Amino acid sequence: MAQVFPRQANDFARASLVIGGVVAAAVLGSFFFVWPRSSYMTRQKEARSQPVPFYHLHHVGGMGLDCRYCHTSVDKSAVAGIPPTKTCMNCHSQIFKDSPTLEPVRASFRDGTALEWVKVHDLPDFVYFNHSAHVNKGVGCTTCHGPIDKMAFVWQEKSLLMEWCLECHRAPEKYLRPRSEVYSVAWQPPSNQLELGRKLALDYGVQTSTSCSTCHR
Amino acid sequence: MSHENLPASPVEFEGVRRPGAAARRRYWKSLDELAKTPAFMDFLHREFPEQASMFEDEKGRREFLTLMGASLALAGLTACTKQPEERILPYVRQPEALVPGRPLFFATAASHDGYARGLLVESHEGRPTKVEGNPDHPASLGATDSFGQAHVLGLYDPDRSKAVLYLGQLRTWGDFRAALREPLAKLKAKGGAGLRFLTGRVTSPTLAAQMQELLQSMPAAKWVSWEPVSRDNTRAGAVMAFGEPVEPQYRFDQADVILSLEADFVSGHPASLRLVREFASRRRGGSELAAMNRLYVVEGSPTLTGASADHRLALRSSAIEGFARAVAAGCGLPASGAVAHDWVAPLVKDLKRAGSKALVLAGESQPPAVHALAHAINEALGAIGTTVSYTAPAEAQPGGETAALAALVDEMRQGQVEMLVVLGANPVYAAPADLKLVEALDKVPFRVHHGLTVDETAGRVHWHLPASHPLESWGDLRAVDGTATIVQPLIAPLYHTLSEIEVLDAFARAEGTPKGYDVVRAHWRTPLGASDFEARWNRALNDGVVAGSAFPAKAVKARASTIPAPAAAAAASLEVAFRPDPSVFDGRFANLGWLQELPKPLTKVTWDNLALVSPKTAAELGGVATEQTARGHVTEVAELSLDGRTLKAPLWVLPGHADGVVTLHLGYGRTRAGQIGNGTGFDAYALRTSSAPWTASGLQVRKTGETARIACTQDHWTIEQPEHQQAHERHVVRSVTRDELAKDEHVVHKLGHVPDPGLSLYPPVEYKGHAWGMTIDMSACVGCNACVTACQSENNVPVVGKEQVARGREMHWIRVDRYYAGAPENPETFHQPIPCMQCENAPCEVVCPVAATVHSDEGLNDMVYNRCVGTRYCSNNCPYKVRRFNFLLYQDWDTPTFKMQRNPEVTVRSRGVMEKCTYCVQRISRARIDAKNQGREMKDGDVVTACEAACPAQAIVFGDVNDKTSRVAKLKADPRNYALLAELQTKPRTTYLAAVRNPNPEIPGASGQDERHG
Repeated sequence: MAQVFPRQANDFARASLVIGGVVAAAVLGSFFFVWPRSSYMTRQKEARSQPVPFYHLHHVGGMGLDCRYCHTSVDKSAVAGIPPTKTCMNCHSQIFKDSPTLEPVRASFRDGTALEWVKVHDLPDFVYFNHSAHVNKGVGCTTCHGPIDKMAFVWQEKSLLMEWCLECHRAPEKYLRPRSEVYSVAWQPPSNQLELGRKLALDYGVQTSTSCSTCHR
Repeated sequence: MSHENLPASPVEFEGVRRPGAAARRRYWKSLDELAKTPAFMDFLHREFPEQASMFEDEKGRREFLTLMGASLALAGLTACTKQPEERILPYVRQPEALVPGRPLFFATAASHDGYARGLLVESHEGRPTKVEGNPDHPASLGATDSFGQAHVLGLYDPDRSKAVLYLGQLRTWGDFRAALREPLAKLKAKGGAGLRFLTGRVTSPTLAAQMQELLQSMPAAKWVSWEPVSRDNTRAGAVMAFGEPVEPQYRFDQADVILSLEADFVSGHPASLRLVREFASRRRGGSELAAMNRLYVVEGSPTLTGASADHRLALRSSAIEGFARAVAAGCGLPASGAVAHDWVAPLVKDLKRAGSKALVLAGESQPPAVHALAHAINEALGAIGTTVSYTAPAEAQPGGETAALAALVDEMRQGQVEMLVVLGANPVYAAPADLKLVEALDKVPFRVHHGLTVDETAGRVHWHLPASHPLESWGDLRAVDGTATIVQPLIAPLYHTLSEIEVLDAFARAEGTPKGYDVVRAHWRTPLGASDFEARWNRALNDGVVAGSAFPAKAVKARASTIPAPAAAAAASLEVAFRPDPSVFDGRFANLGWLQELPKPLTKVTWDNLALVSPKTAAELGGVATEQTARGHVTEVAELSLDGRTLKAPLWVLPGHADGVVTLHLGYGRTRAGQIGNGTGFDAYALRTSSAPWTASGLQVRKTGETARIACTQDHWTIEQPEHQQAHERHVVRSVTRDELAKDEHVVHKLGHVPDPGLSLYPPVEYKGHAWGMTIDMSACVGCNACVTACQSENNVPVVGKEQVARGREMHWIRVDRYYAGAPENPETFHQPIPCMQCENAPCEVVCPVAATVHSDEGLNDMVYNRCVGTRYCSNNCPYKVRRFNFLLYQDWDTPTFKMQRNPEVTVRSRGVMEKCTYCVQRISRARIDAKNQGREMKDGDVVTACEAACPAQAIVFGDVNDKTSRVAKLKADPRNYALLAELQTKPRTTYLAAVRNPNPEIPGASGQDERHG
């Protein structure tokens, strides 16, 4: 019987084994390594709509409000604190007091029911992050939260994956800034950032730990 | 095993019967261990017997593969899910002083049997989550007991009463007030004739004043206060000795020699926490050895007080009076009816030597004459003024509680009671059986019950009113020394409930909505002074005590002459002793899972009460067959009958129990406690009478042939000894006498062999920063279990249920191992709390395939739940057996109120995850971040673990071992300090201070006496 397949068919067969293996590895690899890091999974850079169109762009970028006017506990507590409706009404009982956009805020203040904000930066429940430990050691707000003054609806600037946390915990000097600049949205790392960072780490007694119980308990 | 042959085959227990050091240093946990039964060995070697065969229905191979394949695929898919979107709900108006994410602590008090225990309650954004003791409160000194810890669970108990009920039907408070108006008006017109109030013990000044006011407006009405665990004998004894019902206030820190006549001051006294602190202060490591106190205990039913004694005499309750009379006679008092005992002469000598520094105290279970004798002996010794003083009693109606209840029942039976208002009591369940309260109650035409749960009494009244929990209501309480505390709420009532004060206000005033806050404030306006009232009120709320409110000492003179001659000795029949349960007390805590699952300090039994007997009595009953299986202990059930009343109870042999007595613990067999407490144990109240509430003779015991399954943890997590033949070889427990330690400082270290620490395969690790460590002092530890419940509360440790406990799957991160030494008839008892040892060379870490347990740079053995895949290799490799595995989904993820209870700082673990003690790493983190934010170094005492905070004896000390000035570093340098299984080179960070006992060599059979020679 004549040969059905030419001689090169063997090479094709061998090559297809290799290619198939590579493709399978790529698929599996992307499933385990690329997919979880994708912005689809982390929701990185995805601006999220909120019950009230609160614009950081306007309040921070335009008017220059300090972060701590609203996020009062950021330097005292694990959580930065979402402001109570009262904080909104400090101004909005005078400014735009009849704006239909602000009706949910007024309704909340009137009825005593909380506004339900969508949580943008949502760490898994087994992670215990502490804001105060970071801002008091020279980690600026924008280092993690990005250009908040340019955001209308807030998005999550960084991946918030553990590898991202560790990047800084292993080399904090890359990110530290003087305490006076922590709440600055205009801060840009200087050209001698590493030098400055090392000095600040020493001055502030920064001891980043990568032990599991630093964040997990 | 079978205990039937126990006394008949001394060979079996020969090792512990030999006199001398070898026997004294041979420690054992159970009779099964002594006998090395197969079931015990199974538990020892396998840790979880039958753990592999979880499926009750046998699955075939194919079915298994199908299930496993599906679970593998599903497990992979979980990685594909995104986190669900969460919402943030900020305040509308944020309360002052509240910083989101930081807990606030409020000082308040909780009643234990009427008396205040000061608390500091932790509140997370308005949710009370954890109870601590109030250091400024005289009955707490910063410590709590298990009951105190469990208050927070009581608040969130889903079985709490939530609405007003009329004959079981939902009603409103308005309906009740409308229904009350007419009958109350009729009664008022008659001056209150036919109106009766029944409350628990009342120390609340406001409530007492309200009652007085009511009784003044209706002079013919009556108020009865009654507790099933009464203090009638204590009060009657004081009246006998002094002519008035004074309260003895003990000062254990002043006492050199203490004789307890069945007084369980460790767990059964209103000031237990303070007394334990004072008692332990003269025993713990670091205290002066020469100043060590000595405790003699004479008791029938083994208690924690007896377990802490240097000398314990097991005498049945009824025989103690004769002993007390002999001691009194020895102290030169005219006491007839003395019964000679070879202890008396050396004991009296010791008491006299201590003189004014001696203290004799009598327990509530002893008749008034014994109390009066104790007062008289104290006076004869000159102890009044130093070790004991007397004040007015804290309760509004001292003494005579049982008699008052009996009189009330009599009136009810004769139809003289037209309206009965029960506030915070549960007489249908707990009243003495001979009163036949239920049939009398049914004759009352208008019955009201106010309580936390729809309990047995609620089921037999017309109107049931839901009560506010103490953590959600305003009130006040007095501690046993008279110190008043304003009880302030931590949270608004979860349901439509009112407090006792508010309900009583409704009886006083026909109109208006009562507000507890207003009533309490109005009451305190006078005592706090009209000028500066606001400042003083705020100060009292802040401190948790009203300054200067303790009662002054009274000058009293004891009269021995008024003590009557003893009654004719009862016939030598079997006795029954009724005692409050160590876990659920009189039954009021029966629906709290934390307490039900708490292994009782001596029996280590959970979820049940038992008929406890001594080994000898068991033999006289024809033996008690208790078989240990992998699903719990199976023990024989007996029918107990007393004066024609019967009940069925499982028999249990308890080492150290007095012969000829059966001990029954109250608080079980409840029918309307709730889903946790219903149907656990048996109701011992069924045999209890008003005339003999503590001890009765004439008990008949007949074995029924039935068996009961008991979940007992005493052999769980037993640290393995080589071959388990020479229990003393590894010296897990070390105890020495004071004289031994005085003679040779290093005696504790000589008990074990520790190889050179350099002999390790692992390179040494240097800890440069903090190095966390802990010491646990076995001299101070009284075994009260407060640490276990505190840990459970702090660390979100689940309750698993009786069936799972029986399989050895209880989840407690810290357990208290109870060891005996000596013969089972009257052994010495030692308590050894075992949390994770946080080994520097941790055997668990090297075997974890997924690095879910790794070392931190401060020496903690971290457990990473989100990495754990549940291989259980770590648990298998832990020589201390401190790791706990979630075999099932033990945590209640659904009940909304339980979600409010959890500590938000600690992960709530799910099924299939290993967990263990972390040294409260959340508290370390909090303290570290606080210190750094304040720009300072952490100092000793900044981190207090939950177990350490709760401990009344201050036996647990935590701190930085690298800080040589810290308390823990100093204790680790103490010659009493030793590590468990140090020869394994695990380098545990948790170490122990050996138990030091202070026996009197002159006492016959004293355990220490033959030590002097060898």
